[in-house]
Amino acid sequence: MKGFAKGGGFRVYAIVYLLFLYAPILLLPMFAFNDAAIVAFPLSGFTTKWFGTLWLEQSLWDSARNSLLVGVSASIAATILGIFAARASTRYEFPGKAGLLGMIMLPLVLPEIILAVALLVLLLGIGMPLSLFTVTMGHVLICTPFSIAILSAAFQSLDKSLEEAAYDLGETPITAFGLVILPLVMPGIISSLLICFTISLDEFIMAFFLSGTDSTLPVYIFSQVRFPQKVPVIMALGTILVLLSIALLTTAEYFRRRGIAKTGGKDTGGFL
Amino acid sequence: MVQSTGRKRFLSVEQANGLKMISPTATYATLLLAVPLVLIFAYSFMTDSYLTILGNFQWCNYYGACASFKTVDGVLTPLQPYQGVWSDPLAQTLLMRSLYVSLSVTAATVLLSFPVAYHISFHVDASKKSIWLFLITIPFWTSYLIRVFLWLAILGYNGVVNTALLTLGLISEPLTFIVYSANAVVITLAHAYAPFAILPIFVALEKIDRSLLEAGRDLGESPFMTFLRVTLPLAIPGVISAIMIVFIPTVGDYVTPALIGGPEGKMIANLVQLEYLKLDNYPLGSATAISSMLMVAVTLISGLALSRLFARVYGNLSGSVPWAIAVIGSLLVIVGFAAACWAAGWLIGPFVAKFLCVAIGHIGLLFVLKLTEAKR
Repeated sequence: MKGFAKGGGFRVYAIVYLLFLYAPILLLPMFAFNDAAIVAFPLSGFTTKWFGTLWLEQSLWDSARNSLLVGVSASIAATILGIFAARASTRYEFPGKAGLLGMIMLPLVLPEIILAVALLVLLLGIGMPLSLFTVTMGHVLICTPFSIAILSAAFQSLDKSLEEAAYDLGETPITAFGLVILPLVMPGIISSLLICFTISLDEFIMAFFLSGTDSTLPVYIFSQVRFPQKVPVIMALGTILVLLSIALLTTAEYFRRRGIAKTGGKDTGGFL
Repeated sequence: MVQSTGRKRFLSVEQANGLKMISPTATYATLLLAVPLVLIFAYSFMTDSYLTILGNFQWCNYYGACASFKTVDGVLTPLQPYQGVWSDPLAQTLLMRSLYVSLSVTAATVLLSFPVAYHISFHVDASKKSIWLFLITIPFWTSYLIRVFLWLAILGYNGVVNTALLTLGLISEPLTFIVYSANAVVITLAHAYAPFAILPIFVALEKIDRSLLEAGRDLGESPFMTFLRVTLPLAIPGVISAIMIVFIPTVGDYVTPALIGGPEGKMIANLVQLEYLKLDNYPLGSATAISSMLMVAVTLISGLALSRLFARVYGNLSGSVPWAIAVIGSLLVIVGFAAACWAAGWLIGPFVAKFLCVAIGHIGLLFVLKLTEAKR
């Protein structure tokens, strides 16, 4: 009875809720290994042939390479921009701070389609051709707020006296940043890179609006789900992508926690 | 900025350093976010001409009859007539449906997520909190497209839900209304945005000083009343950010209505995409995008104003549970309003529905206000 009073009912509810959240992901491998061309019940037998088909798909490999290129560049650029903003927001007070940060964090709440069409209008206005580079520009815009959220937690817990000690020992602001602050927030930076890469890998709208002839993985998937015979192959691809994302996120979470522990902060949990 | 003497007097070194530090990110956001947003606002008042935009000012992308122009034999001639967003029945239907879908999603996610956030914050051991949050956030980051598509497998004709219900003998033939409809879009989006609703509520609950709850209990309140009068009011900032963080992006969702909405479940983003990428009518596309954001702003502002109003009225009454009643009350008003509009539109024709919608909404609001005044 005491257990119930301490939230037994809530616990059951939370677990059911978690199952609801994971339902699609748990179904994914079932269909990926299902020996039938249509995605429906009942299942008809085990096969790995969809993964074999996947291996031979040239356009898939092209879009995977494009996604990798966009993801790596976007995560590096977003994390660099994130470092500047997170450092500014946690270390300094200056006029217009709330307004500037609000603008930078805006992509977190604005519908992506608004961001995408706005960027499209700008790019065509200045005559820049659509390419993987323009997709990367869009992804940097979306990833930066997440990067700032992660890095702010890392910078927040930084002891200011460590930096002052470095100045007293004759370091310049730049060398102090490189020798003292950077190593301390490094786990946060790695976490930010991994999260940004995961977001970019999964992002569809920007890639759909801003890519020219080269497509990224989500754009490729979107173009394939219209053909019913391609669907099991997409399920196989989805299984691989989900496993990859979980691996990336778990690594990111590990580094995020290590970063907070390293600077002596309290873990408030979550990426946001 | 330190060098410019004019500024030096107003800014300390510390402030100037802060501005310098944020300037790369701020510049990027200005160039690729603020400028483009201003640009689509400007485009929405311009005239579409084949592959170019004419820089004159006009309202007709928003209201009235409009036309795309083309230069024929050196003369600019109107070629493709079209209706402005607020005169076009299709755009109106899609705007209303987007609002209905996104309000339903917001209500569902916030109400269903609150107990989970509460459980993690109050009942889970401190050491296990981050693993719970991590488990909740994982589905959010993984392959949005594939997840949306899997809902087809769950809700579809031969899907999990239908197979299960058939096996259990609860239905005799597969349900068809749950897929390729606005309902399917609501379910899928509620699933996709659930983690987003949990996190802000959890953060707000974590900030609550636990000794306040003990104080409530010591003063003789029941656990439920303590929750209502202490926990819930203090969690309201989290609930409000959860509402914003779910409501605003879902209005503009493209993938879910495109993949599983079917013709009856398309939303405003699908129209924006059509106008930009298929019709190449940037002014009309911009006007549609701006209109949808205007609708979001009006809904949010009126929602917040309503809850303020409720809070003030109930605050004057007795000072008890002002925010809780305010938010629940205003949510009920908004959800009820949307439900009334939707139900009326389903029963009767769209014009009558719209009229009824506005009438019922206003009468309802007045009634509630009158009621609260009388109690006072």
